[in-house]
Amino acid sequence: MSDVQWEAVIGIEIHAQLLTATKMFCGCALSFGDPANTHTCPVCLAHPGALPVVNAEAIRLALIAGHALGCEIPERSVFSRKNYFYPDLPKAYQISQFDEPICGPGRFRFLTEDGEKFLGITRAHLEEDAAKLNHFGGEGRRADALGSVVDFNRGGTPLLEIVTEPELHNGTDAAAFLKQLRQTLVHLGITDGSMEQGSMRADANISIRPMGVTTLGTKTELKNMNSFTFLERGIAAEIERQIGIVESGGTVTQETLHYEPTTGHITSLRSKEEAHDYRYFPEPDLVPVVPDRGWVDEIRAALPELPVDRRDRWMREYGLTFEDAEVLSEPAALGDYFEQVAAVAPPKSAANWVRGDLRAFLRERGQEPWESDVPPAAVAQIISMVEAREISMPSAKQVLAHVVEHGGDPKEVVASLGLGAIQDESALIAIVDALIAANPEQAAQLRDGKDKLVGFFVGQAMKATQGRADPGRIGELVRERVAAS
Amino acid sequence: MALTDFSAEEQIAAVVAGETSSVELVAAHLARVEHDEWNSFLAVDRERALARAKEIDGLATRPPLAGVPIAIKDALSTRDLVTTAGSKMLEGFRPIYTATCVARLEAAGAVIIGKTNMDEFAMGSSTENSAYGPTLNPWDLTRVPGGSSGGSASSVAARQVPWSLGSDTGGSIRQPAALCGIVGMKPTYGAISRYGLIAFASSLDQVGPFARTVRDAALLLSHMVGRDPMDATSLEWTEPIRVPSATRLDGVRVGVIEELMSDGIEPGVRAACQSTIDMVEALGGTVVPIALPHAGYGLATYYLIAPAEASANLARFDGIRYGHRTADADVLLEHYERTRAEGFGPEVKRRIMLGTFALSSGYYDAYYGQAQRVRTLIMRDFAEAFAQVDVVASPTSPSTAFRLGERTADPLSMYLSDICTIPISLAGLPSLSIPCGLSEGLPVGLQLAGPAFSENRLLEVAHALELAIGFDDAPQGVGV
Amino acid sequence: MIDDAITRHVARLARLGLTEDEVVRMQHELSAILEYVDQVQGLELADIVPTTHAIPLSNVLREDVPTPSVSAELALREGPNVTADGFTVPRMG
Repeated sequence: MSDVQWEAVIGIEIHAQLLTATKMFCGCALSFGDPANTHTCPVCLAHPGALPVVNAEAIRLALIAGHALGCEIPERSVFSRKNYFYPDLPKAYQISQFDEPICGPGRFRFLTEDGEKFLGITRAHLEEDAAKLNHFGGEGRRADALGSVVDFNRGGTPLLEIVTEPELHNGTDAAAFLKQLRQTLVHLGITDGSMEQGSMRADANISIRPMGVTTLGTKTELKNMNSFTFLERGIAAEIERQIGIVESGGTVTQETLHYEPTTGHITSLRSKEEAHDYRYFPEPDLVPVVPDRGWVDEIRAALPELPVDRRDRWMREYGLTFEDAEVLSEPAALGDYFEQVAAVAPPKSAANWVRGDLRAFLRERGQEPWESDVPPAAVAQIISMVEAREISMPSAKQVLAHVVEHGGDPKEVVASLGLGAIQDESALIAIVDALIAANPEQAAQLRDGKDKLVGFFVGQAMKATQGRADPGRIGELVRERVAAS
Repeated sequence: MALTDFSAEEQIAAVVAGETSSVELVAAHLARVEHDEWNSFLAVDRERALARAKEIDGLATRPPLAGVPIAIKDALSTRDLVTTAGSKMLEGFRPIYTATCVARLEAAGAVIIGKTNMDEFAMGSSTENSAYGPTLNPWDLTRVPGGSSGGSASSVAARQVPWSLGSDTGGSIRQPAALCGIVGMKPTYGAISRYGLIAFASSLDQVGPFARTVRDAALLLSHMVGRDPMDATSLEWTEPIRVPSATRLDGVRVGVIEELMSDGIEPGVRAACQSTIDMVEALGGTVVPIALPHAGYGLATYYLIAPAEASANLARFDGIRYGHRTADADVLLEHYERTRAEGFGPEVKRRIMLGTFALSSGYYDAYYGQAQRVRTLIMRDFAEAFAQVDVVASPTSPSTAFRLGERTADPLSMYLSDICTIPISLAGLPSLSIPCGLSEGLPVGLQLAGPAFSENRLLEVAHALELAIGFDDAPQGVGV
Repeated sequence: MIDDAITRHVARLARLGLTEDEVVRMQHELSAILEYVDQVQGLELADIVPTTHAIPLSNVLREDVPTPSVSAELALREGPNVTADGFTVPRMG
């Protein structure tokens, strides 16, 4: 057994389907779940003589993404043909971008519990998605199928491929990066980001090397992981596999792999096929895209606050924890709601109420805060009343539950339900004295130093007042009165 | 004189004057199309042509092309009308859409009478590479009509139609026009939409007209040019194409390409071209020799660029969505390899191999990359030439029509047929061939070319020369 | 310059099934053509920008507005081997 410490080196490639109305190179509407081959035309069926024309909206979305990824926007970009035969690729070449992508090098900032991190972006480029192959015979898998049927509805859907530098070292950071990248792209309306439905897909390039070494080892490519958890686990499993191979004297072979989440097994996808030679060359049917600099600047200026900046701001200015900020940032509408509450009420309490009781109460009704009838101002008002000790915490929850259920102004709800805190000190003292008298044994123990019993008396007091007392004040009174009795 | 001897312009005038009808014209031409001793046609659309003619005859206002028939090269997609590109790969293939240029001509009142024979996927210079047998030259049935648009050229020469459409990648309109004694024009790259033109080499392919007069070619061209939203390389065309009327060449500077009036050209061809060039001064123009130092690299450059693009363009023929499919292949690789081995002919396979090699890893820079740079040099040569002259002139083809089978054994000798036309194609320039005389009884073509977008001037020059030449010969047994 | 192995490799890349005779003939013909086109190798072109389009254009784009698709029936019409679900292909390997 060697005692070498291994370092994993990981780069991620992301394919995101763009939220355009039509395909990348033809006017067919994008479709999901429509009958097979009902969204096709001579162009996306690659009929003889048909030609591609670039979708302007795809360019715009790619430029927005480029800014969000901190990428340089080169003066011009060109499309190239990537040649290979496969039934889901009707022209037998994919129109993609090769040496002149729409977005050049960049740096993506993301947050982890250890603080902010940066991942180098190599490039982002536009291309077209493949069609869908449905395998028949066998168990419906590629490997043992008798054949396949091609449905060209998906073929030609615009894709943005984002390639990162190999700068990650574990699956956890990879998952954190991907989660926040997805959040950013969804927030900006670039993609719907559904990993289950395949509108966003991630591959990981993984290699290992002894700690301290700077050259890269042989990498493998782990394909199409369709959730953050699988990405994290798949990477961990692959790192472990590679270390196992090397430590038992073997060498890692460059290959494409599949991680099976149900079993945790890693299998090779295309070991038999010949090495690829894509024969890239500039697409003669398309002309270069030279984004107008004014337009590029306009898009940059119009960029809303990015999710990472918002979370960062919440943590810095509002003092939210990493976890609070993460929970409240997804989806963006929840964050918007929270901010409206936090604009009036103390942000930390706002965070607790919005992510906690408000969301819980609304969920029972199948609603989310941003789509409910509960205005942020009402939540803020309840918080303010608690802060001002006008109502107790338990009463506040009752008020919120009532507002969720029936609507209404929180102040009026407090009044109509008689939930206002008992402010009269003498009334509270009377209640506490009565409880001490009724529970002499507990009072004696408390006097002897069993401080836990304060809670018992507070509980009794809250019961007696139907939650309208301030538990903090009651606790103080219990101590005072027991000591004095 | 028979109706079929009239120029398209004369036929339109006759229809407008009420002396004939579209139905009569279509029927007269169909009669010649259906006795196709030249194998010009791969498909005839009799019923629809007659129906369309009848429809046009019934219109209160006749469309500009008045129902005059036209033949279309089989490289152009025509909805529901079998389109094979001369290949077994597309035997029986009925396109689901119509090429933009064809649709524009139909909208202008042209009647499509049929599809013409061609070298398979436009790869060839003799039409002998058609999977459906060669086309014969109407001037001499033992000779080729040139290619790849041989059927479109022969159909016009043989008076089967007054005009037709071809496509030109390295000379596939101009060279057969020369060998068949008619006018053939390749406009500026991008002038006519390529949408629906079955691609050979995308950066070079252009559609263009064949006709028996320069005026007819101009008229046909005028109805096709202009931007098409379906073709990103098509051009806005701000100045309409005019039907030319010039009789003189006052102030026109004609440059004679020295490299293309030299030893590689048959003496009879050189003589006919020279005698035409000699007319320029009498018409008021000037003649200057010009040099294109890199023109000699044109052929080599072309045979790297065109096959490379073709290798990708022809990859879509995979037996899945249309076209030939091999019988019962068990696995995908076998399906692809057999389908394509069976569907493509030898020249197409050769060029796919050459192009695949030129693009493959380790060779790209030395071949395709290098060729794209030579292309830049050739374009610069032309830019320098057009700083001195308005048009350049040369023979269209180094020889007159050669015998069937003469060059099929040696691919390189066939490729040399396009040595005069290729440099112009690489530069994307407008160019046409006009008949300028006979050499040993066979027609000779003079090639003229101008800067990009100079179609109108080029057509005027060609028209003045055409009048001066007075070429009125026709193949024996054809016409007057 | 083009040997048997390259010829076979290129044919595989292009998915062209060649007979043994064709491989030999293709190797000869390609070699002859390449010998001719090799003349471009001698030129000093390092500073020359490659031409991909004879007529330079840029930013020819399409608005993101749907246009009608063809019917599934028409899409499948020319398919040599189709089912209602699409175009069939043999198993991958």
